[in-house]
Amino acid sequence: MSEQVKDAILLASMPKALNGKEFTYCPGCHHGIVHRLVAELIDEFGLREKTLLVAPVGCSVFAYEFFDVDGTVAPHGRALAVATGMKRAKPEMFVLTYQGDGDLAAIGTAETIHAANRGERVTTVFINNAVYGMTGGQMAPTTLLGMKTTTSPYGRDPKREGYPIHMMEIMRALPGVAYAERVKVSRPQDVPKAKMAIKKAFYAQLLDVGFGIVEVLSTCPTNWGMDPVEASRWLEENMVKEFPLGVYVDKVTEVMKEKGVK
Amino acid sequence: MGEKIMVKGTEAIGEAAIRAGCKVYFGYPITPQSELTEYMSRRMPQEGRVFLQAESEVATVNMMYGASSVGVRVMTSTSSPGFSLMQEGISYMANARLPAVFVDVVRGGPGLGDIQPSQGDYFQVVKGGGHGDYRLPVYSPSSLQEAVELTIHAFDVADKYRTPVVIFADGMLGQMMEPVEFPDPVDPSTLPSKDDWALTGARGRKARYVTSFDIDPYKLEQMNLVLQETYKKIEAEEKKWEEFMTDDAEIIFVAHGTVGRIVKSTVKMAREKGIKAGLFRPISLYPFPYERLAELAEKVDIVMTVEMSAGQMLEDVKLAVMGRAETPFYGRLAGVIPTPAEILEAMMKEIRR
Amino acid sequence: MEHRIIAAGFGGQGVMLFGQIIALAGMIEDKHVTWLPSYGPEMRGGTANCTVVVSDDPVASPVVDMPNEIAIFNIPSLLKFEPTLAEGGILVMNTSMIDREPQRKDIKVIKIAANDVAEKLGNVKAQNMVMLGAFIETTKVVSKESVFKALEKKMTGKKAAFLDLNKRAVEEGMKLAREQL
Repeated sequence: MSEQVKDAILLASMPKALNGKEFTYCPGCHHGIVHRLVAELIDEFGLREKTLLVAPVGCSVFAYEFFDVDGTVAPHGRALAVATGMKRAKPEMFVLTYQGDGDLAAIGTAETIHAANRGERVTTVFINNAVYGMTGGQMAPTTLLGMKTTTSPYGRDPKREGYPIHMMEIMRALPGVAYAERVKVSRPQDVPKAKMAIKKAFYAQLLDVGFGIVEVLSTCPTNWGMDPVEASRWLEENMVKEFPLGVYVDKVTEVMKEKGVK
Repeated sequence: MGEKIMVKGTEAIGEAAIRAGCKVYFGYPITPQSELTEYMSRRMPQEGRVFLQAESEVATVNMMYGASSVGVRVMTSTSSPGFSLMQEGISYMANARLPAVFVDVVRGGPGLGDIQPSQGDYFQVVKGGGHGDYRLPVYSPSSLQEAVELTIHAFDVADKYRTPVVIFADGMLGQMMEPVEFPDPVDPSTLPSKDDWALTGARGRKARYVTSFDIDPYKLEQMNLVLQETYKKIEAEEKKWEEFMTDDAEIIFVAHGTVGRIVKSTVKMAREKGIKAGLFRPISLYPFPYERLAELAEKVDIVMTVEMSAGQMLEDVKLAVMGRAETPFYGRLAGVIPTPAEILEAMMKEIRR
Repeated sequence: MEHRIIAAGFGGQGVMLFGQIIALAGMIEDKHVTWLPSYGPEMRGGTANCTVVVSDDPVASPVVDMPNEIAIFNIPSLLKFEPTLAEGGILVMNTSMIDREPQRKDIKVIKIAANDVAEKLGNVKAQNMVMLGAFIETTKVVSKESVFKALEKKMTGKKAAFLDLNKRAVEEGMKLAREQL
């Protein structure tokens, strides 16, 4: 079977790690794309029966509704503490957190940094859409300067609200981190790249290298007040400037080579 | 049972937890319980189990959530300010029906307070310090042997009802030494299976979720009703108390934990003076043994509560006594330990009144 | 019979160990015992005391407001605990550290220059064991044999090297107390 046919089959079929329920996320939201990528990887690694998914508080609180894997919903910001508890108690499980910017980089900053610094063998998918989606568009730790939200109605002013926080740059300072990359999924050609990044973050755990995290710059058309296409364009023009894409930490590729993993 | 050995309270509780099959311990240093955390850091690896010092009590309780959700026995210990920080997570665990054992070595408060023994966390521990309709079984030991037995019992109760359970201790119990006998370690194969609810991986079955969440109020109400049913069962089956010289008592003291023990000396002193005093010592603070205390209150004029607080358990005592007797109170605050003689003096004042 | 004991001094004088050995010896004799420490906020050099109860019956309160036997290692502790001693009670004091007289006339006082004695035995640190010997000889709370067994249990590893010295210190303390009885 040619690669193209394989891809076509993959695209047309539902990953086993998803239960087939229709996503309830807003039109144009990137959660759907990222959910699918995660699910495809769970399938490809054959991890469905070993995976424990920790959903956060935020829009993706519903993640567990769509994934056909065991899971829980952590208190707001505590996903990585919950994940630490699971992984320490049952190291044979594959533990995944899926978190938004408010969860991971505001209320849960301490848990994020310490889990990363301990090199917890867990994998985190971090959705950064620069806004609190579920609660109605309030300012996030990653809200851009000048950006208007329902709690920064005059635009984010660094004198008043400080600066957008850069988690991948922080991850680079933590020795426990094995893989950290910032990606986006706003254009079709971004998607395979994002998938590869998440794959490396899976390997960080599976090859016992350390903590793996991927930040996905995402849209929130509803709270940004844009249509999906406009939102993707806005992301390209504004968020990418503030949050440079790329690999921030990679201790995984070398281990993959050593172990002959592709 | 092995031979008697002399241990500190913190060690007694830690060793009991290990023998109860506690597989994972998370904790954060705070006086006056850090010795328990230290003990576990030494002993758990020796047993091939997990010890992890968390970055905060907030992280601790959530690590417990995670470990409990995959089906292992898990414990932490902390002291009052740390227990305050854990409340959100405990509320989540209560509704997610996650068994776990918390040891609160209560110290003087409010705020940073001090590091001396206190019982000022009664409301927080017994009435629920977190949000929502939940209760936690709470046990208050007064001796180290009892602390050993109740710690083991706490793990069983936690698993039986799928609920967090609290051991209400204080710095006096934690620091004192007394001879104890430890039971043999439990055989893990005899522990109840958690395969029907724990997150073990969706192998040969549908995926499942452990959660305290449902956006649909009708479904969340059903979850709540399950909790309320559980609490009814706990109230019917899990009340514990001790009575000391209550048979012919004309005045009954009510005191729990270490204060209960101090009051025993007061009772003896009162009896030497010809005053028929007795002690009712609640061991389970939730469920509180209301009915038995009500029976005893029928026969006496005074039911006197003594606490290292401003009068918190006193409210439960009044709910039990319901006006059948006078319910005076004597308490010391902020970490001051009442002595047998001063309690006796307080009692004499009430009698003369 | 219930021995309600308080031992008090500076942190670092071995007051806690003094109490623990009595409690452990009591346990060896199948008595009911409790040991309850009270620390100042300082880790070293502050005041420290412990309360030990040794009883034929289960111990009710581990907290004692009127001890019947006290071992006093410094002046602040003398000032604090002498007034609390029960009538007819026993005070054993380390006169190497305390250059003043007790005030009470209704108690029995045993004076031991414990530091000097310990120094002569070869190590001033054993002063708490000299005090312990004098204390058990006077109060009869536990026997010398039980104290020795307790010491053997407690002093293992590196500390075992001090076992002999400690035993001699206990014996010396007992002898000095006997002379005053």
